[in-house]
Amino acid sequence: MISSILIKNGRLIDPAGSFDRPADVLIKGGLISEVAGPGQIEQAGADNVFNAEGMIVCPGFIDLHCHLREPGQEDKESIKTGSEAAANGGFTTICCMPNTLPPIDTAAAVSYINSIAARDSAIRVLPIGCITKNRKGEELAPLYELAEAGVAGFSDDGSPVADSSLMLRAMLYAGPLGLPIIDHCEDLSLSRGGLMNEGDLANILGLPGIPAAAEEIMVARDILLAKSTGIHIHLAHISTRGSVEMVRFAKRNGIKVTAEVTPHHLTLTENAVAGYNTNAKVNPPLRSDDDVQSLIDGLTDGTIDVISTDHAPHTAAEKEQEFALAPAGISGFEPALASLLSLVHRGKIEMAKLIGALTFAPAGILNGRYGKLGAITPGWIADVTVFDPGREWRVEIGGFISRGKNTPLNGMTLKGKVMLTISRGDVVYRLNSK
Amino acid sequence: MKENYPQDMHQPETISWHRKHLLDIDDFSISEYDLVIKTAGVMGGILSRPIKKVPALRGRTIATLFYEPSTRTRSSFELAAKYLSADVVNLAASSSSITKGESLIDTLHTLEAMGVEIIIMRHPLAGACHLAARHAKSSIINAGDGGHAHPTQALLDMYTILKHKPAIAGLNIVILGDSRHSRVARSNIWGLTAMGASVTLCGPRSLLPIGLTPRHPLYSKIKLETDILRALEGADVVMALRMQKERQAAGLIPDIREYVSQFRLTSDRLAVAKPDALVMHPGPVNEDIEISFEVASGSQSLITEQVSNGLAVRMAVLYLISGGSKE
Repeated sequence: MISSILIKNGRLIDPAGSFDRPADVLIKGGLISEVAGPGQIEQAGADNVFNAEGMIVCPGFIDLHCHLREPGQEDKESIKTGSEAAANGGFTTICCMPNTLPPIDTAAAVSYINSIAARDSAIRVLPIGCITKNRKGEELAPLYELAEAGVAGFSDDGSPVADSSLMLRAMLYAGPLGLPIIDHCEDLSLSRGGLMNEGDLANILGLPGIPAAAEEIMVARDILLAKSTGIHIHLAHISTRGSVEMVRFAKRNGIKVTAEVTPHHLTLTENAVAGYNTNAKVNPPLRSDDDVQSLIDGLTDGTIDVISTDHAPHTAAEKEQEFALAPAGISGFEPALASLLSLVHRGKIEMAKLIGALTFAPAGILNGRYGKLGAITPGWIADVTVFDPGREWRVEIGGFISRGKNTPLNGMTLKGKVMLTISRGDVVYRLNSK
Repeated sequence: MKENYPQDMHQPETISWHRKHLLDIDDFSISEYDLVIKTAGVMGGILSRPIKKVPALRGRTIATLFYEPSTRTRSSFELAAKYLSADVVNLAASSSSITKGESLIDTLHTLEAMGVEIIIMRHPLAGACHLAARHAKSSIINAGDGGHAHPTQALLDMYTILKHKPAIAGLNIVILGDSRHSRVARSNIWGLTAMGASVTLCGPRSLLPIGLTPRHPLYSKIKLETDILRALEGADVVMALRMQKERQAAGLIPDIREYVSQFRLTSDRLAVAKPDALVMHPGPVNEDIEISFEVASGSQSLITEQVSNGLAVRMAVLYLISGGSKE
């Protein structure tokens, strides 16, 4: 039986309704039951009361892009550990990429993820299906069957479809299904052998660079395909000024494109790689100050719609290798909010904008297929996150729930901590505080 | 500790050497360069004696750990260690062992468990020596890591130049060839610019550094030039780099023949440099590819002298590192 929870005295920020003021929220039967001014909801009617004084109450975060590694690479992560780490980070819906072993290119694989998630995860886990069989970029995967099995979108992720004709066919074929096609934009012929951003530090470290053009060429291609087909495309983790400018241009011209950015691309530069720090090795690579600024501008003006973590856990042994041999990826769920809040604390971005990019905007891309998500409105699903924006904490990988301890933020003191995560009316995370 | 000094070394009051490892020279101070060069001078004196052995590193154990084939650099380090009376063990690991899950860190700990105190390491991947150093109790000396750094080569090149020129400051130095992928070039750029030289990198644009922005301090100190005659005009020193055959396979140049026609250091081209310009090459030379036989063996060439000086510089580095690691 799902009990009722009253969250009182918090500052409710609900970008869906442009709401930002003190309010109490009553949750009952897995749904938002009532939203009212402070003290106006009868406390006696609730089984549990959470005092959110000094805290922000907002819709649960939705992550359109993460890697849970199950099936096949459970030493890096599992659906259980990954979803628990996500709940700790304030996420209530996570979309996992299909680069598992085997990849998610059949209805059976989708059902497998769904059944493990139903057993092991307290939050909503939505698999993304492959665009092509075995992510090989040769033949279309059975996209209708994947859609029927419940995928949230299609992507070949890190093995992007290089053949433009195949990508065009995928868009035409999948268009009527109403699910987003998500492209990891990378021209592999330009990035091949590259290990970090092409720029000053790559020259100093003697590491082959990945030019911005490797991403931008594919961003341009995808925009042109979206223009010619009229079908929506979602660009994963864009990282360069050029990508932001092209997406801005596309949106101004009415082309159906949306874009996401990761917390690490918004807050870190290539300098994090100094000393051959493999925990800062990620694809796309961390870029320059100028790129970071342009990503922040893009998020501010709505060019970039969504923040996604690209949570990519790896084992310590894999990361503790020569830079070229270490896999790319950052474990992102647990420090995501705090690192993003540094942008708010420094006045670089509005709090409501940030929350919107983690809730309302990704909910829009999921397009209501999983119920009413991404807003705190009576009758909507009770996915709620409460965080203390001023609470300082030290990132300690030893305390991570995720099996992936690979973050360049280890040891850093950040400001902003998730205090309570509620998924479908149930408390799935609560910070043990004194 | 006194008896460990080479006999004729003026014992300095304090050795201003504090490095446990030699991974890179990008953060060397002028006084560190001076110290290495001065110490190499003393070692050079030892090498000119009929009996070259001194007891400075007696009882110390040194390993060379080479993941890339090398005869010159490895022998140079080995002899340097032996002239200082260290015990040396040579390990040649194949490049394929790197990807076969034989962990570098495991190998390092194995060597340390056998009492090795200094590990001289060459590796095809940039940053491998940094990785080793993060896990090492021993001292790591970088003998070349991927396209990153080759500190002792740069130090020996600087030492060699200083044997023929009063100072490096003010010299026009041309590095000719594939500076984009060259650890020799990268280390020399740090050293030579730190000492005040003007450095010009010359080669086809596809083999010159890509992506350095004007905001980086090095940007203003180096010049990129694709015209060999313009690069060589008035040069005091010309360093030719070994042309790797893989660059053709990677499509960075059409073929070696065209490279030779445009960029080989020939006597005609060298004639536009200063008459007393020094010609250098880190070896091994691809004869008649990056440098003509005539120039390589000509009167301006210091190529064999570089080899002898390399020994002195490596003795100096081993000597300084072993002193530093005792503290």
